[in-house]
Amino acid sequence: MGILEVKNVGKRFGGLQALSDVNLSVRENSVHAIIGPNGAGKSTLLNCLVGKLIPDTGSVMFDGQSVLGRAPYEINQMGISRVFQTPEIFGDLTVLENMMIPCFAKRDGAFELNAISAIPAQRDIMEQAEHMLEDMNMADKRHMHAAAMSRGDKRRLEIGMCLSQQPRLLLLDEPTAGMARADTNNTIDLLKQISDERDITIAIIEHDMHVVFSLADRITVLAQGTPLVEDDPQNIKGNPKVREAYLGESA
Amino acid sequence: MFKLEKTDQTLLIVVGILTLFAPFILNPFPEGSAMAQFNAGYPDLMQRFVIFGIFAIGFNILFGLTGYLSFGHAAFLGVGSYAAVWMFKLLSMNVIPAIILSVVVAGLFSLLIGFISLRRSGIYFSILTLAFAQMMFALAYSVLTPITGGETGLQLALDDPRIFGASQTPEGNIPVPGLFGLEMRDSFDLVMGSWVFTFNIGYYFCAMVMIASFYLAIRIFRSPFGLMLRAVKSNQQRMNYTGLNTRPYTLAAFVISGMYAGLAGGLMASMDPLAGAERMQWTASGEVVLMTILGGAGTLIGPVLGAGFIKYFENIFSKINSTILHEWFAFLPDGLEDFIVAILYPFIGKGWHLTLGILFMMVVIFLPGGLVEGGQRIRSWLQKRKSEKNTPNGSTEPAE
Ligand SMILES: Nc1ncnc2c1ncn2[C@@H]1O[C@H](COP(=O)(O)OP(=O)(O)OP(=O)(O)O)[C@@H](O)[C@H]1O
Ligand SMILES: [Mg+2]
Repeated sequence: MGILEVKNVGKRFGGLQALSDVNLSVRENSVHAIIGPNGAGKSTLLNCLVGKLIPDTGSVMFDGQSVLGRAPYEINQMGISRVFQTPEIFGDLTVLENMMIPCFAKRDGAFELNAISAIPAQRDIMEQAEHMLEDMNMADKRHMHAAAMSRGDKRRLEIGMCLSQQPRLLLLDEPTAGMARADTNNTIDLLKQISDERDITIAIIEHDMHVVFSLADRITVLAQGTPLVEDDPQNIKGNPKVREAYLGESA
Repeated sequence: MFKLEKTDQTLLIVVGILTLFAPFILNPFPEGSAMAQFNAGYPDLMQRFVIFGIFAIGFNILFGLTGYLSFGHAAFLGVGSYAAVWMFKLLSMNVIPAIILSVVVAGLFSLLIGFISLRRSGIYFSILTLAFAQMMFALAYSVLTPITGGETGLQLALDDPRIFGASQTPEGNIPVPGLFGLEMRDSFDLVMGSWVFTFNIGYYFCAMVMIASFYLAIRIFRSPFGLMLRAVKSNQQRMNYTGLNTRPYTLAAFVISGMYAGLAGGLMASMDPLAGAERMQWTASGEVVLMTILGGAGTLIGPVLGAGFIKYFENIFSKINSTILHEWFAFLPDGLEDFIVAILYPFIGKGWHLTLGILFMMVVIFLPGGLVEGGQRIRSWLQKRKSEKNTPNGSTEPAE
């Protein structure tokens, strides 16, 4: 049994069957990559995992509990964090404030009326946030408005925000899209490091094969809303079905 | 001091000094001079400055921080006023229990209305709050006449069954609201040459409450809760996927701002013990929106400035009439005098709304951050000029 078990999930948008009969099992503490051509339904699948969409059929179990019917914040509090395809950060806040919010959510839960104490008095939160910024190499940007950063930096901030929650399952939707090569390599190193050091499971959607093959323990190929194959990386490269549906297309 | 950051502390002290010395500051022109009508230092108006300041400070906690634009906040001010007057009628003429009840009742109403309205966001939220406020106005105006006094409003009477205190004074008058023996309407005039400064107990009571409210607002702005509210405004989606439930945050902000409105309503009734439904009308709700935007939504001091600005206009500009205009321009040749008076006339007296509307449009277009942004621009312009003077060759240091 994996930490995440997706069974027979289907999702329809009007006339479009975006997902049909998706089965996916993600092993605990592994890095599982989901690849597939544009429009294959990868993001839609993630949406079904975090409560953004409710699938029409099937079940999604996280650590033995169903996530279906729960609000996104509840699913997050269960231990699933998600990095979006287009960065979702608090653009009006500073980078440090962005980093503090998930720390508060981790410590205080979904709601806490802490309206009188000053923020700097929250030593533990400040320390955690500063620490994470250093890990992400962003300490010098701490007082910058998050909206003013480059797309790559926003993405890295978002990854940092998700990591500071110490999630058990981290979902990444094309985390290196829009990043410079150097930043991409940094991100790979960072993800490698955290997956080695921490008890964390990572599911990553990625178009960049360099990223996929440097990180993934297991790969699922999705095409037209259905998983084509699920296998180890070395077998995926040579699989003719995959070449046809995906690699062949981009070559 | 006060557990505040340096700049916030300075701001609080400045606001404190300005409110305490307002009777001087607002009366710069000698009595009987042509400019005396621009004096605003009379108790009635000064009370309104600080009471509406409180209203706007509270409104800003909701609108400025979370971005949820309520179009029904006057309803909470209205219920606050009714609650206070009932307290005067039934319990005692002391303003403290009256104000406490105002805040509590307004809090309960805002809890209910907020709970329902916050199921939607954006324009739908605004419309829901507007609808609720209009329903409450209609109820107060007609259906609930036994409780609200309907069209005439709720007033004190000579036969009120006051539990603590008499129904009538020994002279057979209705007693007035007070604070442990101090009557709210009592004033003391200080005559200095041709200047007259009035110190009113009611004003100073309201001023103290406003400074306390302002202090509390600063604490809220700088707290983790305040950060969460700004996060709600910035990106609700990210909030949700970060494990935070936005609903109780917005509801708490809504209730807090509703309680501020109730406090303002209670103070209003304490200064003049009557309450009318017109306080709950949508125009009154719109006014606090204008105050907040005009002053600078989301800033600490903006709403107070906006409230003062609008109340000054309402009371001072509206009193200028054509006779006064003719006096001002009497030095001009007759034809020209009439011409200028005719042009200016629509903008004064009852036409003050027109002036205010134009000013509001200018602020929104040219200073989206309100008067506070205007102040900041002037300051940075002055600093630039100063540094240009200091470096005669004209090369200025880049900012930052
Ligand atoms: N909310 C929606 N309503 C209608 N159609 C949708 C919705 N979300 C996604 N789709 C459609 O479902 C299909 C799958 O979309 P999805 O975003 O999951 O693809 P993807 O695999 O993430 O692609 P990409 O690599 O471009 O991100 C697409 O055809 C898309 O247009
Ligand atoms: Mg996608």
